[in-house]
Amino acid sequence: MGGNSPCASCKLLRRRCAKDCIFAPYFPSDDPHKFAIVHKVFGASNVSKTLQELPLQQRADAVSSLVYEANARIRDPVYGCVGAISYLQNQVSQLQMQLAVAQAEIVCIQMQQDPIMVAANPQMVLGQADDDDQAFLLQNQCFNFANNNSSSSAYVNIHESLKRESIFGDIVS
Amino acid sequence: MSSGRCAACRYLRRRCTQDCILSPYFPSNNPQRFASVHRIYGASNVTKLLQRLPTHLRSEAADSLYFEAQCRLEDPVYGCVGLIFLLQQQIHSAESQLIKTQAEIAVMKSQTQHPQTQPFRAISGSNNLLLQQSDNDANLIFSNQVSSGFI
Repeated sequence: MGGNSPCASCKLLRRRCAKDCIFAPYFPSDDPHKFAIVHKVFGASNVSKTLQELPLQQRADAVSSLVYEANARIRDPVYGCVGAISYLQNQVSQLQMQLAVAQAEIVCIQMQQDPIMVAANPQMVLGQADDDDQAFLLQNQCFNFANNNSSSSAYVNIHESLKRESIFGDIVS
Repeated sequence: MSSGRCAACRYLRRRCTQDCILSPYFPSNNPQRFASVHRIYGASNVTKLLQRLPTHLRSEAADSLYFEAQCRLEDPVYGCVGLIFLLQQQIHSAESQLIKTQAEIAVMKSQTQHPQTQPFRAISGSNNLLLQQSDNDANLIFSNQVSSGFI
């Protein structure tokens, strides 16, 4: 390897690529697009300042995350990564609800199987405070659940949710 | 109002014109908001980005830029991508728990329907099948991180 070829950053910025170029390790010349998008969103100067403030061993991860964010912002100029974050937060909420429903069903089934035991020890099935009100509420929930039980529709098919597109797919508007 | 400069123009020490594109989104009473955005993106990039958007979307864009800038200032290595990773982990964990719970329900229901048959430990068996499938699918999400060069 004779003369050093300029890194993607220095090529784009049309400058000489010094031996200690801060961008060179992370923006090789064979991937010009990577630096182009980071430069478009953040600006070379800001990226350089960010990297300079980080220890060497963290810079590669920082560059990866900057590229990720820049990509997200280019695909969705209004929301960028925030679109993906919103989507994921919704997913977490939905899953927590589904889990709560499923756990309530377990309790109901246990109540049907051994109502005396469950009524006497609600904390054993709920894992919560052994309140009399808790047992009462639980019983009511189970009645409602039994009456409205279309149990397959009570749960969103978890495999359907896993088959959703990647984050990039979802933030493409 | 004609004499007040927006936070951006104050920061940049320039005159704030009536058609200043930044002033609706960086009011003078919140100088830190523009300072954060400027530190990460630069005034010129923010201006260009907002200029390319229709007016009714600029406020949301400014908010999301501020959010991401704050995340990056708090975590210079991962920025808001760290939050994305955390949420993905939470989803994975919740899905695993849900699958286990559903398997447990299936076993309990079969016990209820056929009380004379001894319930084998079907939980772990059905769990593995379901978890395998969900793990394969969950890997779709994580592998995108790999293919995008993040991991």
